[in-house]
Amino acid sequence: MQAIPNARVGFSKAMSSGWITVTKNAGEPIVARKVDDIKDTVRDHLQLILAKSPDEVTDEQKQEYKKRKLLQEVVTKSFLLGKGKNFATSVEKPETELTQEMIASGSWKEKNFKPYNLDSLGISPERGHLHTLLKVRDQFRQIFLEMGFSEMPTNNFVESSFWNFDALFQPQQHPARDAHDTFFISEPKLSTKFPSDYLERVRRVHSEGGYGSQGYGYEWKIKEAQKNLLRTHTTAVSARMLYQLAQKEFHPAKYFSIDRVFRNETLDATHLAEFYQVEGLIVDHNLTLGDLIGTLYEFFKKLGISQLNFKPAYNPYTEPSMEIFCYHTGLHKWIEVGNSGVFRPEMLLPMGLPEDVNVIAWGLSLERPTMIKYGLNNIRDLVGPRVNIQMVHDNPICRLEK
Amino acid sequence: MPIIGVKRDLLFKSLGQEYIHFLFSSADDQFSDLCFEFGLELDEVTTEKQMITNEQGAEQSAGASEDIVYRIEIPANRYDLLCLEGLVLGLLVFQGKLSPPRYKAVTPEKGSVQKLIVTPATKLIRPYAVAAVLRNITFNQDSYKSFIDLQDKLHQNICRKRSLVAIGTHDLDTVVGPFTYDAKPPSDIKFQALNQDKEYTATELMDLYSTHAQLKQYLHIIKDSPVYPIIYDKNGVVLSMPPIINGNHSRITLNTRNVFIECTALDLTKAKIVLDTLICMFSQYCIDKYTAECCEVLLPDGTVTRYPELAYREEVVNIQKTNTYIGISEPADKIAKLLTKMCLKSEVANSEDQVIVEVPPSRHDVIHACDIYEDVAVSYGYNNIKKTIPKTATIGAQFPLNKLSDQLREQIAQAGFTEVLTFSLCSRDDIATKLGRNINDIPAVHISNPKTLEFQVARTTLVPGLLKTLAANKKMPLPMKLFEVSDVVIRDETAEVGARNERRGCALNCNRTPGFEIIHGLLDRLMQLLEIPRSSNKDMTGYYLQAVDDPAYFPQRCAEVVANGQVIGIMGVLHPDVIMKFELTHPVACLEINIEPFV
Repeated sequence: MQAIPNARVGFSKAMSSGWITVTKNAGEPIVARKVDDIKDTVRDHLQLILAKSPDEVTDEQKQEYKKRKLLQEVVTKSFLLGKGKNFATSVEKPETELTQEMIASGSWKEKNFKPYNLDSLGISPERGHLHTLLKVRDQFRQIFLEMGFSEMPTNNFVESSFWNFDALFQPQQHPARDAHDTFFISEPKLSTKFPSDYLERVRRVHSEGGYGSQGYGYEWKIKEAQKNLLRTHTTAVSARMLYQLAQKEFHPAKYFSIDRVFRNETLDATHLAEFYQVEGLIVDHNLTLGDLIGTLYEFFKKLGISQLNFKPAYNPYTEPSMEIFCYHTGLHKWIEVGNSGVFRPEMLLPMGLPEDVNVIAWGLSLERPTMIKYGLNNIRDLVGPRVNIQMVHDNPICRLEK
Repeated sequence: MPIIGVKRDLLFKSLGQEYIHFLFSSADDQFSDLCFEFGLELDEVTTEKQMITNEQGAEQSAGASEDIVYRIEIPANRYDLLCLEGLVLGLLVFQGKLSPPRYKAVTPEKGSVQKLIVTPATKLIRPYAVAAVLRNITFNQDSYKSFIDLQDKLHQNICRKRSLVAIGTHDLDTVVGPFTYDAKPPSDIKFQALNQDKEYTATELMDLYSTHAQLKQYLHIIKDSPVYPIIYDKNGVVLSMPPIINGNHSRITLNTRNVFIECTALDLTKAKIVLDTLICMFSQYCIDKYTAECCEVLLPDGTVTRYPELAYREEVVNIQKTNTYIGISEPADKIAKLLTKMCLKSEVANSEDQVIVEVPPSRHDVIHACDIYEDVAVSYGYNNIKKTIPKTATIGAQFPLNKLSDQLREQIAQAGFTEVLTFSLCSRDDIATKLGRNINDIPAVHISNPKTLEFQVARTTLVPGLLKTLAANKKMPLPMKLFEVSDVVIRDETAEVGARNERRGCALNCNRTPGFEIIHGLLDRLMQLLEIPRSSNKDMTGYYLQAVDDPAYFPQRCAEVVANGQVIGIMGVLHPDVIMKFELTHPVACLEINIEPFV
């Protein structure tokens, strides 16, 4: 078997086809014929193919013969060519761009221009970018200005407890004045410059009442009022503005502000220690709760929101108070968008404002509508150093009404 | 905002209503709508088992009830809604199904009035006390639990975690009056406290409870005082050691028929509110409904006061003022009806333009007519009020500093820089050591109770914020050009509060080379926009640069910016130490100026 080529293959194929047998008696193995007649299907198939009838051999068999290197499949491609529309005997390279020389010489008339690949993108223009949240702030500022509001000077983060709480008739034992809700300051620790007459009126209305109020009935301490803190709301500035207004001849006013406030609360995906508060207030004779509701409808209409629902709420310095809910058509549910109310007389009258003057006010955070609008889940993606700069690059123009 | 948990089925049964499941609106939704109108919020629909799992883990909740529980958010000033009893009463009156009850303090049918004698020693620690008795009361499992829960809620809210007021409730039949409220040195106090099996001295109890999950937070209220408050009866049996723990002897059980309530306090007004609230909520379970038996409190100076006050106050409201405040026009009798629905029983006065409103002891939140106006509005329905626009004519105005800031921000962005928005609070290192400076040399505002390093100070420069943003965006291609126009906070003794904000503009360029010329170019552009000419002879008009040394900047690569004779800022290549400390790798050139002089 070693001498003749392909003998091994032949032997094993003959064995597997049952043509021969091998008996292993003592001594050498003996190969014997087993059948009288054989049908060599392989040879038949190959001859069929040779005879140009390949279809009579199945694909599986063809694969097997290819594996055994008995058969080889050769693919021949052929093309039929003919003259096309632009057939020419000389070849010209198409131009990519119109140049100044071509215009000057007029040579563009004789040239072929390569078509543009309109499916690719252009070159990104060189530019800078404004921050996502501040673009939203810019829009809110516009809305207030369109409604005739004046911007308050809120460039002071450090505030005294007096203006942040006491002047707003928020009692000194109120939980919001707790160290775990408010950032108190160790340096500079205290404020001492207050308008003394006004301070005395505030002390009295807290402890004893007056101006039609029972008061809170506790001992008001100046030490508490002197404590400095990082303001917890821009309403502290509103209080200062109202006090200023009361010192002159009264005229109606509309104020707004959009600036940072600070809360020492537990942080999570939607809460940070500092955030932007949007605040608006109207000061005039005989303003009503209906006026507040109407103003809120106009305000929110400019944000593209026309369905509002109002829920009674509680604020130490407003009464009545309302939580504002809007219907989010994308999320199919009512969500809280802000807080509002009429400032309490105990806050306004000690300032010296006329008795029939009411102040209607509302506030919301800037971050929340921005996160809803841009589909962000984590506030740190929007504010702070971890913001993704690519997101700032790609962020669209801010159209709040859409 | 306080949240109470009430069993849904018990609530609906008490409301006397079957909330049927409609096709579009389930019972939960219907109740939620009712809450919304009334000023409450149905926060969560859960089960007791789920609540325990959430708080303590699944193993602890095995065997807990699977009854549906509503968690309802209550306004912080409505002590009368802090339990199922109060909530049901409020809602039934709101729906017009019940008329507001009348609460009365009565003298005992037999025997004399219970007395609570206050000794002078209490002035050292907790001077005020009030007391009352709920006579012939019947508890069941639910109302008993509700009674305990209400005390807990009041403790957490108005009592400011027991520091202002502490409540003790006792089985009156297990003790004998007169009662004494005293303050004694801790070693002189020895009794068997609630759920303990033997007597301990007060000092031992302080140690025992120092690891107790609930009680350890109250120990500090009296721990360091030379005397601890203690209430005992005629025979020396201890009722309680406020605000820590009651005595085991007088503990209330389901079989208790007569309850003695004592509240000790630092604020008498709040103690009275707490006492009134407990009585208004639970006197409905007494045989003589809505009554409490009074007690006398004898003060050291000899004055004797009877509690509970259960005072009714009359407020007269003017109809026109009410209507104008809200923006409705209802006649007096309608307004009276609307108020009565809010538990403020009202009647039209003789003059027809006024309504006499009775403020009950359950509504201590009503302290001014405006509280009454709110209740009229709630009863009328906020969403039913006609919306109007105020006729106030005003002309809008921008705050000049903000206007300038916004104009500059636009221009800096047009110059190819990207705006960032960073935090005002940061660590001391961020504004000092990381910039090669000493914190004591910096006029910074320090926070007294920072929870983490990130809230130690208010920033005095915008540079750290920009550098941190760079560090968080290392994947962005170079060059990175960032800017921010925002406030820093500077300590200033001349300012009213001792500190002031300063509006700064800060920009940086980060690349393989620092790009000082790029930052310089931006400065030139800004000065051009502000119409400040370049000063060739370094005089008082125009701007120029002068070399300066600053530890944050690379030597000989740093300059002060002088405009109109005033140093307004600094510019240069940041020092490699600064680069390393902020975990950056590439050089940075940076500019920071004060923009306020240009307003």
